[in-house]
Amino acid sequence: MADLTTVFAGIKSPNPFWLASAPPTDKAYNVERAYEAGWGGVVWKTLGEDPAAVNVSSRYSAHYDGNGNVSGFNNIELITDRSLEVNLREIEAVKKSWPEQALIVSLMVPCEEHAWKTIVREVEKTGADGLELNFGCPHGMPERGMGAAVGQVPEYVEQVARWCKMYSTLPVIVKLTPNITDIRFAARAANAGGADAVSLINTINSITSIDLDQMAARPIVDGKSTHGGYCGPAVKPIALNMVAEIARDPETASLPISGIGGISNWRDAAEFISLGCGNVQVCTAAMIHGFRIVKEMKDGLSHWMDSKGYNTIADFQGAAVPNTTDWKYLNINYKVVAEIDQEKCIGCGRCFISCEDTSHQAIAITAQNNGTNKLEIIEEECVGCNLCEITCPVDDCITMVKRDVEKPYLNWTQDPRNPHREAS
Amino acid sequence: MTAASTLVDTDPSPSLDDLFSDIKPALSHRQAVIESARCYYCYDAPCVKACPSDIDIPSFIASIHHEDVNGAAETIYEQNIMGGSCARVCPTEILCEQACVRNKEEECAPVLIGLLQRHATDNAVFPDHPIGRASSTGKKVAVVGAGPAGLSCAHRLAVLGNEVDVFEAQSKAGGLNEYGIAKYKLTNQFAQKEVDFILGVGGITIHYNKALGKEIHLTDLTERYDSVFLGIGLQDTRELGLANESSIGVLNAVDFIKELRQANDIDQLDVPRTSAVVIGAGNTAIDIACQLKRLGTEEVTLVYRRGEADMSATDHEQHIAKEHQVRIKTWARPVEIRADANNHVSAVRFAKTRIDNGKLMDTGEFFEVACEAVYKAVGQSLAYPADETQLPDLGGGKISTMDNFKTTISKVFAGGDCTGVGQDLTVEAVQQGKLAAMAIHNYLTGSEGN
Ligand SMILES: Cc1cc2nc3c(=O)[nH]c(=O)nc-3n(C[C@H](O)[C@H](O)[C@H](O)COP(=O)(O)OP(=O)(O)OC[C@H]3O[C@@H](n4cnc5c(N)ncnc54)[C@H](O)[C@@H]3O)c2cc1C
Ligand SMILES: Cc1cc2nc3c(=O)[nH]c(=O)nc-3n(C[C@H](O)[C@H](O)[C@H](O)COP(=O)(O)O)c2cc1C
Ligand code: SF4
Repeated sequence: MADLTTVFAGIKSPNPFWLASAPPTDKAYNVERAYEAGWGGVVWKTLGEDPAAVNVSSRYSAHYDGNGNVSGFNNIELITDRSLEVNLREIEAVKKSWPEQALIVSLMVPCEEHAWKTIVREVEKTGADGLELNFGCPHGMPERGMGAAVGQVPEYVEQVARWCKMYSTLPVIVKLTPNITDIRFAARAANAGGADAVSLINTINSITSIDLDQMAARPIVDGKSTHGGYCGPAVKPIALNMVAEIARDPETASLPISGIGGISNWRDAAEFISLGCGNVQVCTAAMIHGFRIVKEMKDGLSHWMDSKGYNTIADFQGAAVPNTTDWKYLNINYKVVAEIDQEKCIGCGRCFISCEDTSHQAIAITAQNNGTNKLEIIEEECVGCNLCEITCPVDDCITMVKRDVEKPYLNWTQDPRNPHREAS
Repeated sequence: MTAASTLVDTDPSPSLDDLFSDIKPALSHRQAVIESARCYYCYDAPCVKACPSDIDIPSFIASIHHEDVNGAAETIYEQNIMGGSCARVCPTEILCEQACVRNKEEECAPVLIGLLQRHATDNAVFPDHPIGRASSTGKKVAVVGAGPAGLSCAHRLAVLGNEVDVFEAQSKAGGLNEYGIAKYKLTNQFAQKEVDFILGVGGITIHYNKALGKEIHLTDLTERYDSVFLGIGLQDTRELGLANESSIGVLNAVDFIKELRQANDIDQLDVPRTSAVVIGAGNTAIDIACQLKRLGTEEVTLVYRRGEADMSATDHEQHIAKEHQVRIKTWARPVEIRADANNHVSAVRFAKTRIDNGKLMDTGEFFEVACEAVYKAVGQSLAYPADETQLPDLGGGKISTMDNFKTTISKVFAGGDCTGVGQDLTVEAVQQGKLAAMAIHNYLTGSEGN
């Protein structure tokens, strides 16, 4: 059996699955249920200065896939709407009852030294295992100069991280906002400020849909709306890329990363870890299905690790990072072409029409006597774009197969067709 | 789980509508959204080629999926104005759904095209008739018979700008949709609602109780109208040619179904209590057998002279019969009907059969099935009005048509069951009516290219 325990930025937890700071971690009641269900850790719902935030009614909306499943989730909630004192006392009690599980406290206060100093000292007294600085919240809080308003300015990120390290002995995780053009600047700033780790991503500015009768974006609050923060499966590709950017950046390559964004199952988690994350955090999947999903996540990850011979998380952590490179280093002489398994083909014609209309006219269609069509690849025309494989509804019917072109590795920096190639 | 037996056992006096609840209930909105997502939106889709009426199936399903049921219904009606009844009565298992590429996947589960079509046509709401009419051609066409073929023809003619008079022998329109289709397939007066919908296009007048050969004659019609379409279906039934065939209790299945379809109350029907024998192996035989079971006949035995694989009823229909606990007895042919002293049928005697060198032979063994009633479902045939002086030529017992649905009489076209074209299915009749209308229109407007 694979060993799922992790030590992330010095914080031990029985498995790499943490609940991200959000409604699932709002109070003792939820957090204890989460631990009972098997979560390795939680990041407590973001605390702030009193008076506590006040929320509106009608708070969430979603983007659905064709089957009505939630593919993206949007919210306009603020940080905790309970008083600081109540939260701190609950954190203290929970930590006492659950010493093995990780308990991190998320924080957001104005960008002033005394505010951070005060709150980190209060938190430290609870016995919590670490701090997460919420520089990510993209809605509501930035209007008050907090959350993403801080995360978008590297100097502020560095400054606040430094204050926290100065006034607390706890590990400090800086939670990054994706609402910027280059995530590396914020990560470098956190690193420079002495942060022990970064976590990402927080939610992305979003409007999920418009109610065309009320002519207002969802969620609607008395006829009006505001942009929210987007999360759930749809943001996973964006999060993965940002994680990879930080993992590949020489300046932050050794900075621990807690991966967040659309993680819904063991495979998503394995992908984040393979791009360098030391653990993962989950919000939307738990909000849609409840805490019980962690069982299948742990089982799946451990079975997959067994099948690959990985004994610990560290065994494959970052394994995909060296294979993530710049476009200019890809092998121009590598060639794949599409192949259709005629036994599996059901004749839907989707590959034909997509290649014909929008790609390289590399699929031939021939009507059969029984009313179906035969689809065949015209290999000379195929550029190996994968479009047909993507549109094909049948598993493993269209595969991309390697063709030996008998040419050595050659990248764009070396390619004679590149007018700006580097001298060899 | 048969709806028939539970209903009969538990409710001593069920209403006819209770007994004949919808055999394939409509999809809910949510089910339709999920089912429509299963469609692969095939290019050059096999289901379209398999639909006799050329409906653009991937397109209407995509419209359902994107919550445009009106768009879906319009796409259906463009090709098939009786898309609502076809969705309910088509044997989709041998038409569109059989061609669905998803049958070839491991799940072998076609997209439920019929039910999606029903979802679209049931839920679309149009302020006006969804298909507009072209400007008037000034031409008048007579359509004889208001069945699927006649109605579809009339509708398309009206859409193309012609005026149409429909002459119908019965007091209601719809043809077999009204009088013949199994009651559990078309519930809630659907046939009449659909007729009203079709007439909503304008330009069509139905004259009821006007039968060709009685109240109206072809010579008159060809004189008064620019063209005539015959869609009179098949009104005769085949005989078994057995002794005592005229005894009391020996009935034509279609006659009984017609009574059932028109009855308001179960007491108006003469339902055999304990036992009935059905002779035949087509969908009509299955229909009558299942309907008798729903009406409460305890034992219904369907007898066919060949094996199950030879039955013209589809597998799906045979399955429905089994669900209704109809006893299917194959490899036996009726040789004698037995009647009691009051000339009431009491039993049917059968000779067992087998195939010998490709020929159907008697084995020499016999058996009898005692019964209160016998229902003959061995096929319908054309009853061409005897009093007509001018008749188009027949071929194989049906009206001969040439290219473009023309009969041998000038100006006179024909389509549907009364011709030898295609299978005898509602959707075929609709398609032939539509194509004939287009041919008539071309003929009338001189765009035929002769
Ligand atoms: C019992 C039964 C069950 C069936 N079930 C199915 C099914 O489940 N699915 C399916 O697809 N098909 C089914 N069919 C076949 C389908 O009903 C027919 O193919 C279809 O109705 C043919 O349409 P039509 O317009 O050609 O003829 P019809 O529907 O027969 O209509 C002919 C019309 O012409 C009228 N008419 C006849 N003679 C005259 C005259 N002399 N003057 C004026 N009017 C006249 C009739 O009253 C009738 O209204 C079934 C048929 C039967 C008999
Ligand atoms: C309703 C809601 C409230 C959230 N509140 C917070 C918060 O208070 N602090 C914070 O750091 N992140 C907050 N988040 C962001 C999540 O912690 C997480 O970063 C984001 O949802 C991406 O993960 P996911 O795709 O698994 O949901 C919130 C998310 C949601 C959906
Ligand atoms: S890989 Fe791209 S170019 Fe090649 S056949 Fe498929 S769609 Fe066409």
